[in-house]
Amino acid sequence: MREGELRIGVFVCHCGVNIGGIVDVEAVVEYAKALPGVVHAERNLYTCSSEGLSRIRAAIKEHNLNRVVVAACTPRTHAPLFQKVCEEAGLNKYLFEFVNIREQCSWVHTHEKERATRKAMDLVRMAVAKAALLEPQEELSFEVTPSALVIGGGVAGMTAALNLASQGFDVYLVEREKELGGRLRTLASLYQTEETPEKIIQKLVKEVEGNKKIQVFQGATIKSVSGYIGNYDVLVSTEGGDIALKAGVIIVATGASVYEPPTGLYGYRKYENVITLAELEQRLKEGQLPEVRDVVFIHCVGARGQDKSYCSRICCAASIKNALRLRRRGVNVTILHRGVTMPGLEKERLYNEARGRGVIFVRYELERLPSVQRSENGRLEVTFYHEDLSVELKLETDMVVLVTPMVPNDDAKELSTMLKVSLGADGFFLEAHVKLRPVDFATDGIFLCGAAHFPKDVAESVAQALSAAARASIPLSRGYVVAEAISSVVDEKRCIGCGRCVEICPYGAIALRDVTLQLGEVVLVTKKSHINPVLCKGCGTCVAVCPVGAIDQRNFTFEQIIAALREATTTVT
Amino acid sequence: MRSALVIGGGVAGIQAALDLAERGLQVYLVEKSPTIGGRMAQLDKTFPTNDCSICILAPKMIECFRHPNITLFSYSEVIGVEGVAGDFRVRVLKKPRYVDEGKCTGCGACIEACRLRGRFPNEFDEGLGRRGAIYFPFMQAVPRVPVVDKRHCLLFTKGKCGKQPACKEACEVGAIDFEQREEVIELKVGAIIVATGFDPLDPSVLREYGYGRFENVITALQYERLICASGPTRGHLQRPSDGKEPKRIAFIHCVGSRNPRAGRYYCSAVCCMHSTKEAILVKEHCPDAEVFVFYRDMRAFGKGFTEYIERAKSEYGIKYIKSDVLIEENEEHNLMIKYDERGRQRRLEVDMAVLSTLLMPRKDAKELAAVLGVKTDEFGFFEPADELLRPLDTSVPGIFAVGFCRRPMDIPESVAEGSAAAARVAELLGSLEARGEERGSEE
Repeated sequence: MREGELRIGVFVCHCGVNIGGIVDVEAVVEYAKALPGVVHAERNLYTCSSEGLSRIRAAIKEHNLNRVVVAACTPRTHAPLFQKVCEEAGLNKYLFEFVNIREQCSWVHTHEKERATRKAMDLVRMAVAKAALLEPQEELSFEVTPSALVIGGGVAGMTAALNLASQGFDVYLVEREKELGGRLRTLASLYQTEETPEKIIQKLVKEVEGNKKIQVFQGATIKSVSGYIGNYDVLVSTEGGDIALKAGVIIVATGASVYEPPTGLYGYRKYENVITLAELEQRLKEGQLPEVRDVVFIHCVGARGQDKSYCSRICCAASIKNALRLRRRGVNVTILHRGVTMPGLEKERLYNEARGRGVIFVRYELERLPSVQRSENGRLEVTFYHEDLSVELKLETDMVVLVTPMVPNDDAKELSTMLKVSLGADGFFLEAHVKLRPVDFATDGIFLCGAAHFPKDVAESVAQALSAAARASIPLSRGYVVAEAISSVVDEKRCIGCGRCVEICPYGAIALRDVTLQLGEVVLVTKKSHINPVLCKGCGTCVAVCPVGAIDQRNFTFEQIIAALREATTTVT
Repeated sequence: MRSALVIGGGVAGIQAALDLAERGLQVYLVEKSPTIGGRMAQLDKTFPTNDCSICILAPKMIECFRHPNITLFSYSEVIGVEGVAGDFRVRVLKKPRYVDEGKCTGCGACIEACRLRGRFPNEFDEGLGRRGAIYFPFMQAVPRVPVVDKRHCLLFTKGKCGKQPACKEACEVGAIDFEQREEVIELKVGAIIVATGFDPLDPSVLREYGYGRFENVITALQYERLICASGPTRGHLQRPSDGKEPKRIAFIHCVGSRNPRAGRYYCSAVCCMHSTKEAILVKEHCPDAEVFVFYRDMRAFGKGFTEYIERAKSEYGIKYIKSDVLIEENEEHNLMIKYDERGRQRRLEVDMAVLSTLLMPRKDAKELAAVLGVKTDEFGFFEPADELLRPLDTSVPGIFAVGFCRRPMDIPESVAEGSAAAARVAELLGSLEARGEERGSEE
């Protein structure tokens, strides 16, 4: 839209006192009015409020605007809102430019009001210069295969699969073990219910197997995944060979593992009766627990600032559940802990019950860890510092149970690479936003639930699995998705086929392909980079890495950015 | 019937409404107060990333308000529910706000004009800020339409407000309408999601903390408003008694909670973390202040939580002390915190104390439960039919409960449950439709 008269509208937000308390918003508006191409400028107390938005809508019509600049906060949260308003007023949403005068100006210059105001003017001038060169963009819409791949056949995976199936979508449920059930198969009991874990698994498995919409692959792993939201090509490796599937969305429900203490820690693997909580569950499940009179549980083994930095959320409850079970058999149980993490209703109730039934709780600190030795009479002896009494005590016992955290699965890294999703510093799968997008990945079309995200109990995994199913069902039910319009494009004439963009692309959107060139008599086959516009997220990394400047990003072209930079380096008095 | 009712416009209800609407269902969102946003809107920042709470919530509030498949009834209450899953008939009472939502532009001129401007404690600021008899609950309120406070407005208390009510005179679009009456709206929906959230326990019932008697003892929610840039002090940390910046400040955990003898045995599950965030924010506002946290057990059980507390200790120098406390006040309105350290009585003088009180279901949760015919526990938490595999289903098929009204939980869990209920509703309505079709074909 180069031709025709430029009619830029500028909206400057007070954001209450966030911006207005520092930046002289009125002065910025007056300044903007005089900039080339600007035909309208105004200020809003909150541009994002219903009122602010209707002001933009009205001004586009009233002043026949063909570019809109909003000077406010962050595009991360607010750009879609303003773009939508532009669209509603009949303006292509890529003719909108956002300038951040809050995070990048008022918030960081709280003590320099005048200079902050001047900087806001500079930023607006830059945005207006860029806006003048903006071009309308088109959004590609493409179909969604109405089926889901669920990776992991534990409680979370089965719940997600069942929900999607009952919403009418085909589901492929892939479980690497020979049987469905996941971690639940290793448990002897659950603290929320009297029902046995076997019963619960049976119930779910029966539903899954009886559902025609769900196809289960047991003893199977994911070999490869390519494609993008709506159109994934998946290769599942099974005993009978590889099977190719097509899915529109993917849910990761791979669960977690249990931390194994190093040999010798608290006598683990050195003394027979030093076992982990997982081993205790196993023995209780198989009815193979030897006669014991006294048992000591040690909490947070390897967790919270030791091998692992985090608290694993569910181990206190899992431990106390078993402590109670032993207590009911008349066993004397002592729990050495670093603060009892039993949040909420049921867990706190369980904790109170344990105390009421005579389970002894003793606090220790990281600075003074307990130790386990063989006692003189052949039993075990636990030495610990009683933090509340400030004394060192020794306790003879028949068994020591090490309560260890849940840890990410060994193959989490491999799967994350295959799916092009992230892991957090703790090694668990990383959601898109810690507060508001708890089951989404940053990559569209892939969702997360259960302990693959972080340790969780059954009810929490179920709630999250339903959540992931809800999010996944949105593109499935709509039947189409819209791709990012601000993708990058390669100028094949300049491209030298070095492949550096291919290496750096975080979304696997770039590939080298053969291009035939005819130079007079000579026919040359050469490699050129090609960007899949559907996979490209518009991050711009390839643009930065290209040594010959052959890649340009829509809406962030060299020309547009240089125009803005030129303004930044121009001294205005 | 491809429609659903969501009761409660906090972050859980907003998420449920959005996911249902995106899934193609017609959604009615009923919010008791004049704006959506709920408790999250009141928070200054969120743990463990210190994101500005309203900044990340506001776009969702607006998205919800503008979604073509969502009809918002703010300042409204559900007063009657009949029928069964797939076919509920709901009666919604829309209270008069005395401002025409269709005409109002949200300019705020009426608020400026009110003769009683700035006279009454503002609920949104937990009583710390002031408002008039017509007001916006807060600046980013959705819908951005003021509401008249009938209990204080001169027209209702004295029968007149000058010759002509000042707000009415100020309004250029004629949106002030004192003729508005209560309205009952009838809706037909296939399913109902309850997301009514929590109310903090009023700590003035607990004498040992001095709340209500000592000015410089405030609640955590009051503190959130106090340090918020849009709060009553524009984000300046000032203690209530004299407006001075506190040099020493104590955060007290488990106020009213985890006390089986008082019948409030449970743990609110979020206070260890919000309090740690609040302690960190003291240091960001007043780097020289000394900050103490009195706790029972540190429950940092979510992703990145332990690391957050470690940062509070090592990077911000916040001191954590494991003890219950007793609070007394001296003549300068300073507070004397009496606590216990390894069996020894200790005292600490601070300028201000912040109480992390027990969080309970909304005061009217049991009333709503009675209207819906669903079961709650002794506190008013909505009870699940099957704690393990159907945690969001209440005792009545077709009615689901999510977020804090179901059990204590934080924001991401509430968001996840909002989505999860949407999945259950889609599942339920899908299966009812399928059954209907089967029956149809048999006939």
